[in-house]
Amino acid sequence: MASATQVELKIQRFDPERDSEPHWQTLTVPVEPMDRVLDLLTRAKELFDGSITFRRSCAHGVCGSDALLINGRNRLACKLRVEALGRTITVAPLPGLPIVKDLVVDMEEFFDKFRSVQPYLVAAPVEGDGERIQSEEQRDRYDDTTKCILCAACTTSCPSFWAQPEYVGPAAIVNAHRFIFDSRDENADTRLDILSDENGVWRCRTTFNCVEACPRGINITKAILEVSSAISARR
Amino acid sequence: MSSALRAEVGQIDVDAIVVGAGGAGLWAALELAREGIPTAVLTKLYPTRSHTGAAQGGVCAALGNVEEDHWEWHMFDTIKGGDYLADQDAAEVLAREAIPAVIELERMGLPFNRTPDGKIDQRRFGGHTRNYGEGPVRRSCYAADRTGHMILQTLYQQCIKAGVKFYDEYHVVDLVFDGGEADKGGRCSGVVGYKIADGTLHVFRAKAVLLATGGYGRAWRVTSNAHSLTGDGMALAWRHGVPLQDMEFYQFHPTGIVGTGILLSEAARGEGGYLINDAGQRFMESYAPKLMELAPRDMISRAIYQEIRAGRGIGGKDYIHLDVRHLGRKVIEEKLPDITELARIYQGVEPISEPVPVQPTAHYAMGGVPTNLETEVLADARGNVVPGLFAAGEVACVSVHGANRLGTNSLVDLLVFGKRAGIRMAQICKSTPQPGSVQGAERAVRDELLALSTRPSGVRPAEIRRELAALMMDNVGVYRDEALLGAAVKGIAKLKGEYANVRVEDTGSVFNTDLLEARELGYLLDTAEATAVSAYARTESRGAHSREDFPERNDAKFLAHTLVWQGSDGAPATKLDYKLVTITKFEPKARVY
Repeated sequence: MASATQVELKIQRFDPERDSEPHWQTLTVPVEPMDRVLDLLTRAKELFDGSITFRRSCAHGVCGSDALLINGRNRLACKLRVEALGRTITVAPLPGLPIVKDLVVDMEEFFDKFRSVQPYLVAAPVEGDGERIQSEEQRDRYDDTTKCILCAACTTSCPSFWAQPEYVGPAAIVNAHRFIFDSRDENADTRLDILSDENGVWRCRTTFNCVEACPRGINITKAILEVSSAISARR
Repeated sequence: MSSALRAEVGQIDVDAIVVGAGGAGLWAALELAREGIPTAVLTKLYPTRSHTGAAQGGVCAALGNVEEDHWEWHMFDTIKGGDYLADQDAAEVLAREAIPAVIELERMGLPFNRTPDGKIDQRRFGGHTRNYGEGPVRRSCYAADRTGHMILQTLYQQCIKAGVKFYDEYHVVDLVFDGGEADKGGRCSGVVGYKIADGTLHVFRAKAVLLATGGYGRAWRVTSNAHSLTGDGMALAWRHGVPLQDMEFYQFHPTGIVGTGILLSEAARGEGGYLINDAGQRFMESYAPKLMELAPRDMISRAIYQEIRAGRGIGGKDYIHLDVRHLGRKVIEEKLPDITELARIYQGVEPISEPVPVQPTAHYAMGGVPTNLETEVLADARGNVVPGLFAAGEVACVSVHGANRLGTNSLVDLLVFGKRAGIRMAQICKSTPQPGSVQGAERAVRDELLALSTRPSGVRPAEIRRELAALMMDNVGVYRDEALLGAAVKGIAKLKGEYANVRVEDTGSVFNTDLLEARELGYLLDTAEATAVSAYARTESRGAHSREDFPERNDAKFLAHTLVWQGSDGAPATKLDYKLVTITKFEPKARVY
C-alpha cells in the first residue's frame, strides 16, 4: 500500500425517503498510511457527499458504534486498517437487522435481546462496609465475557440468527455467561431457564463465525458451549 | 419534498431529565430510580457507547487494600495536582466519597481485579502519593485496563435492572427556560430532543434537568476524545446565560498515539513504563526527580514539549518514546492488554519488543458548567443557583480538578458527583411542582436547524471544523502566550462568521448525521471561544494553563476561578468575573514533585 494514495470505496446506500432498494455508490477516496476504514468513510462524507450516513463515536474500538460488513466480514470500521484490504473496499450495513439508512441498522431488537437475559448482578445485600471477596481464580472464570462492547458484529454474523431472527444470539449469551459464571451472582438458574428455551443456546451450530467477527477477541463459541453444558448439567 | 425536521412535535412530561448516559448520567439515573422519580435519560448514542467506556487505567479511592492510604492524602494530591485551584471542600468530598462509591460499584457487580486475598486490587497512578507527597501509592482500583468500560457496563446493567427509561439516539438540541434566561433569574424546565431515527423534535418538561454530556476534546486536532465529544451541554448552558468556569484549563495527556491522539493509558507508567528521549534518557529525572514518569500530566506534557524543542524528540521529530519492554510479556499482556492492542493496530508497533512513539493529546476539560457541591448549576460568582439545572462529570466544574486533573480522578468525579446529582435532584423533585406546559418551546431551535438544512449554498461544516481544530492545536495547546491566544480569539470569531453560512447537504429527516454534526460544530466553536477568551485573560501559569509570557503562578491575583459569559447577539465574549478558591486544609505552596 506504500505507493497507493487512493482506493475505491463502494458504499451500500439506502435512503428510505427516496429509495425502494439499497444501491451501491463507488467513490475514489484518498488514503493516508495509517488510515482505517472509518477514516475513509469520514473523508468520503467530508469531501464528496455529506449524506453518507454511518454511526461512529470513540474511533478506537471500545464503543462498538461502527460495526459494519466490510469486504464480506463483520468488522469495526475504526479498528480495520485500510492497507490490509487491497484497492477496493466494500462497506455494507450489518446483515440481518433492518436498515434505517445507508450503513445504519435498527439496533432495538438487538438490545432487547441483550436485556432479555437479565444482564445484571443479582445478589443479596452485603453486611458491613467492605467489598465482596472474590478470588483471582473466580474473577478469571468470567473475564473473557466482560469484554463485550455490544457492537452486534457476532450476532449478525451468525447463520442461525439469519435463519431464525428470534434466536437470542451470541451477544446476549455472552452477557448472560458473564453473570452465570460470576461467583457473586445468585440468578444463574433464571438465566439458564431463559437460554434453554427454543430460541436460546441450542440454536448455536458452532460455526465459529461469531468468534471470527468479535473485535474484542472473545471466545464466544466457548462461552456458548459453557452455558449449554451448565443447562445440561442441571437435568 | 423531504425536510430535516418533521412537523409533529412530541410532548413528554417527567420529573427528572438526564442528558447523557456516561458514568455520571447513569449513576444519577440510578439514584432517581431508587427514589421512584419518573426520569427520562436522553443520549445521542446508546448508553454503552459513551466515552466513560474509553477510560482505561482505574479509579482511585483510598481503600488501603495493598498498602496504607488515607482519603486526606488523596485530597491533598488532588489539590496539589490541580495547582491549588481546586476548591478544597469539593476535593474533600471527592476523596472521601470515592471510597463508598468504589465499594458500591463492586457490590453492583463490577469485576475489579483482585488481590491474592480476594479484595479489590490497587495500583500506582500519576500524582497519587503516600503521606502528602513522599512517593507513589497504590490507590487506583482497576479492571485490567478497561476500568471505564466496566464502570459504564455495570451502571447500565443496574439501570436496566432498575427499569430506567432511556431515550436512545435522542440528540438534545436545546434547553427550555421559564421566566427568562439563567442570567435573568429564569429556571430550567426541560429540554428539546431531536429523535435521530426520524427527525422529530420532542419537548421534555421536568422539574430537574441534569447535564452529563462530557467534554469537548474534538475542538483540537490531536485528541483522545470520541467524535461525540463536542461540548453540547456546556454550549447549550452558555447560550442560555450560564457562565462557563475555568475553561482555560484543558488537559493534554502526555501519551497519545502520534497523529491520531488515541490514548495510551497512564496505566502503562503506573505499571512501571518509562518515557525516553532520543538520547535514550529517562528525561523526567530532570523535571520531577521524585515521581519521574508518575508526575502529573501537565508537567509531563510540558517536559515532552521541552525535550522536542531542545531537539531531543525521537530522530529530532515531535514525539518521544513510551517504553514498557522491561516489564516483560506477562505484565504487558495481563495488565495492559488493551493498550498493547491499540499500539499494534493504530501505530503498527509491538510494545513487547519496541518502544512506542507518543505525543501529548487533548484529553480533558477541567473547566465547564459551574456547580456547587450538590451539582446545582451556578449563575454567578456569588453562588446563586440556576433553578432546575444540574451538571455532573466532565461537563461540570465543581471544581475538584483545579488547574490540572490527576489520573483516574475523572472517573472518581463522575461517580461521586453523578450519585450526588441523582440524590439532590430527587429531593428537588419531591418538593417542586411540575412546570406548566409551554407552547412552542421547540420553535427557536427548529428555526436554527431548518436554517442549517435549507441553505442552498455555503461552506461545508468539515472545512470549518478542520480549521478550528488546527487553530486550537497551534494556539491554545500546551504552551500559550498573548500573541497566540489573541490570534485564536480572532480566528474563532472569523470561523463563527463563516459558520453562519454553513451548509448541510443531507436534507432528509431520517438519521441526518450531516445536520447534527453541523449543529455540534456550533457547540465546538462556543466552547473554543470560551477557552481562548479565558486563557487570554489569565496572565499567569498554573497547572495546564502555561503562559510563556507569564511563566509564574500568581496567587495574589489569580487564586480564583474564571467565569465567562457569552456575548449578546453573536458578539464575542467579553464579560468575565472571578470567584475566589475555597481553601480549607492546605495553604498553596510551590508545586514540586
